Amino acid sequence: MKSQQKILPNIYRDSVALMQISSKLCDLPGVIQASAIMATAANIELLLEAGLIKKAIEPAPNDLLIAIQGDDDKSIAVAFDQAEEKLNEAPSTTSNGNAAALAPQSIEMALDEFPEAQLALISCPGEYAGAEAKKALQLGLDVMIFSDNVSFEDERALKELAIDLDKLVMGPDCGTAILNGVPLGFANVVAKGDIGIVAASGTGLQQVSCLVDQLGAGISQAIGTGGRDLNAKIGGLSMLKGILTLSQDSDTKVIVLVSKPPSSEIAEKVLAEASTCGKPVVVNFLGADLATLKGENIYPVETLEEAAHTAAQLSKEDTPSSGPLPRHSVKPAEIKKIAQTLSDSQKYVRGLYSGGTFSYEAMLLLDQEIGPMNSSSPLNAEHKLNDIWSSTGNTIIDLGDDLFTRGRPHPMIDHRLRNDRILQEAEDPETAVILLDVVIGHGSHNDPAGEMVASIKTARKAANKIGNNPAFVTFVCGTHGDPQNFAAQENKLRDAGAIVLESNAQAVRLTSDILLAVGETK
Amino acid sequence: MSDTLNVINVGLSSFADAVTGAGGQAINVNWRPPADGDIDVGNALAGLVNNQIIDAANRIAFDKYLNAQPVLEGIGRAGDVLPSMGERTILHAGPPIDWQEVCKPVHGAIIGAILYEGWASDEKTATELLKSGEVTIDPCHHHSAVGPMAGITSPSMPVLIVTNTTDGNKAFTNLNEGLGKVLRFGANSEDVIKRLKWMQTTLADVLNAALSSAEGIDVKTIMAQALYMGDEVHNRNAAATGLLLKQLVPHALRAKMDADDVATAIEFIAGNDHFFLNVSMAACKAMLDAAHGVSNSSMVTAMARNGVEFGIRVSGCGDQWFTTPAPIVDGLYFPGYSIEDAAPDLGDSAITETAGIGGFAMAASPAIVQFVGGTPADAIARSKEMLPITLGRNNALTIPALNFNGTAAGIDIRKVVDTGIQPIINTGIAHKDAGVGQIGAGITRAPMACFTKAVLALAKGISA
Repeated sequence: MKSQQKILPNIYRDSVALMQISSKLCDLPGVIQASAIMATAANIELLLEAGLIKKAIEPAPNDLLIAIQGDDDKSIAVAFDQAEEKLNEAPSTTSNGNAAALAPQSIEMALDEFPEAQLALISCPGEYAGAEAKKALQLGLDVMIFSDNVSFEDERALKELAIDLDKLVMGPDCGTAILNGVPLGFANVVAKGDIGIVAASGTGLQQVSCLVDQLGAGISQAIGTGGRDLNAKIGGLSMLKGILTLSQDSDTKVIVLVSKPPSSEIAEKVLAEASTCGKPVVVNFLGADLATLKGENIYPVETLEEAAHTAAQLSKEDTPSSGPLPRHSVKPAEIKKIAQTLSDSQKYVRGLYSGGTFSYEAMLLLDQEIGPMNSSSPLNAEHKLNDIWSSTGNTIIDLGDDLFTRGRPHPMIDHRLRNDRILQEAEDPETAVILLDVVIGHGSHNDPAGEMVASIKTARKAANKIGNNPAFVTFVCGTHGDPQNFAAQENKLRDAGAIVLESNAQAVRLTSDILLAVGETK
Repeated sequence: MSDTLNVINVGLSSFADAVTGAGGQAINVNWRPPADGDIDVGNALAGLVNNQIIDAANRIAFDKYLNAQPVLEGIGRAGDVLPSMGERTILHAGPPIDWQEVCKPVHGAIIGAILYEGWASDEKTATELLKSGEVTIDPCHHHSAVGPMAGITSPSMPVLIVTNTTDGNKAFTNLNEGLGKVLRFGANSEDVIKRLKWMQTTLADVLNAALSSAEGIDVKTIMAQALYMGDEVHNRNAAATGLLLKQLVPHALRAKMDADDVATAIEFIAGNDHFFLNVSMAACKAMLDAAHGVSNSSMVTAMARNGVEFGIRVSGCGDQWFTTPAPIVDGLYFPGYSIEDAAPDLGDSAITETAGIGGFAMAASPAIVQFVGGTPADAIARSKEMLPITLGRNNALTIPALNFNGTAAGIDIRKVVDTGIQPIINTGIAHKDAGVGQIGAGITRAPMACFTKAVLALAKGISA
């Protein structure tokens, strides 16, 4: 049996707290008796009487005295360690009840509370988003920046910082992503699978992931880069990182890249990374000359729909689809019938989009088959509308563009702007086809079809009044897992007399066929 | 990749719902633009968050603060013991200020100090001395000192000497005169001067004898005990004053001094529940000065007000003050007074909050919570609210109501600006006119502008 003591200078603890520590020490194996106590004269007397200390020591009321009697040196040493640990430990982080926990007021505070966090999703006003993203990266988080209005310089700096820290930056202006099966921002509920997407376009990512889901395949990760990532000023840093991430992800078998065509320098970098990543990469650079998209393991495609089909095929069969996809499911006789019901003045398409990439894809496809489309943001500047609020000839507009949304909610959330425009187009005797996209999923309106059918009906009545009967052509971008109920959305649109197709490409090609049939019949 | 996603959501809270709906986990940040929306400060701050250089500096500064052992060693004459004070300087609370700019209570106290020193016999002559520059004023903080309210300290005044025995640095403070018509609220009548003279002679002598017999008194231990006895050791010092007196009395009695003098001195201390406030302040100053001057540290080492401006000092920013107009305290007022009568926030006593007590230890002091219009639950919430803006806990100063956790201590300017949580301060409220005295008490917050300015300065230093 041995006794030892230790003085911890200038540590004060309440006697109750010390008694608790003492009793815990007594419970330790090999400890006969133990006491942690303030070194007052009275307490020293007490320890002497208890035999815990052998001889009187100089009282020091501000010092804490630990005395331990044990079987051997080792047990005593363990007990001293325990005592010091107990003295230093924060007793409890939960309060005694009545004070509510403070909501985190910064990313750092949130991370203290939730150290398992992996990603910061930032949708604060754009002028603050860069700073929040920087903090998140420095705190070791991946970042998705939903906010827009972040400068090129800040975007570049953030993405360079992310490379240094081996983190992922999605955005700014990244509307959607799916990571580990969890939808972020405006995203759809898609099946898990082995297709990974890196997209500079939000609606492009949604279209590909939804079609993949409908084709019975699934998504491993869908990474958004933000619309400007492949700009020369940014250099495609997020897309390159995305390709690298997916190439290392064992759940990803096939990779899909979606973007507007980058400059040749950036395209070269991206294609080089893609062709050496060791996995098949389906590349949809909307509007790019497919012959320029070359490389080992590279599968260039023209449309988002084709991207989904090719990826699904590669996922299932290790070979790309053979032959072109059907244009759409509407029979020629049906198209002829539609064309015949149009009056002589009805010649043009009016595409009223809520998704920018859908609008862009429509312009590309129609440009090839019909001719240049007028637009608020046309493929070629000479076809820019003089007045974006009024269509002339063949017109495709993106109502989600800043030009239209200034001071208004996005048309995927608030349908008033588009509903007004639908009516306006129907009253125009030259409108033959009104082409519409319907985007569902998280973040979108909870019943977009419901919002639209009333205006489609009103628009048709208005058109009938002047002897016209425009065709309404549309598609729903979404999945059966989405909160809005995909089938019900399609049915509502069909019940209102709209022609509902499977994808934007199909809807556009049907529109093209109707316009061509009009040309033939008149 | 893992099969779930844990998200910190900044902005639209509905995005968090989609995450949790899909089986991920999300926590919403209650986000507001940092730095009151100043984008330049926000960007500067972003560069400092989780910065390894600053974090390393803060560990050093915070350890210096934690390891400091303030011991009340004795009484000295201010002019003799305060570093570079000189014989014609009057010290005041808060950041530097021109004598013409000071608020009325401080002006009254400066005049009182000149009269007390005998440099002039009336207010007019005293003012001339200030005008001529023959008598100058300077912050207490520039001479290792602190003073409550006006903080006025002149060369002949007795000061308490507190030594940080760990690092050897000393801090000083004048002696607390009690309540009512007192110099620190700007009173300078004959009674006031007479009391100061008695303190200079009798009280100082008795204290000095007792302290020398006691061979110093450990201040941190008294603070720690007082926190268990209902003091927060800024606005409530009843227990701490008693604890100090308990230690002083036997030594004073043994000092073989005039029994009546000893009795009067003991009576004076016993009759003033705030006597320990100055001791507490000097101890806090000694602990924080130990932490001051660590390059690149973002730890606040002083918060102080001169009745016109509120100022802070930061460990890594040298002698710079970061100032902004002092707020008026919206507290509880004694009968007959209102916020209209209040002087802007005044005094060096926010050194206690800087050191993690006072408002930061509100949970220890239910009595004072009532005094400033809250409930004990509010007090606990306020003490907890300070944790996210501090570098850690001071486990030498624990609070029963916080489950015996240490007080939040070591204010980090980065965290204040990032969270928007302003340090809380318990304070007495002075009448805006000289000599009326304390007219209320309340809770105030250190103004954000001091911290945003400090962040800009620190960021500049880091990038340089």
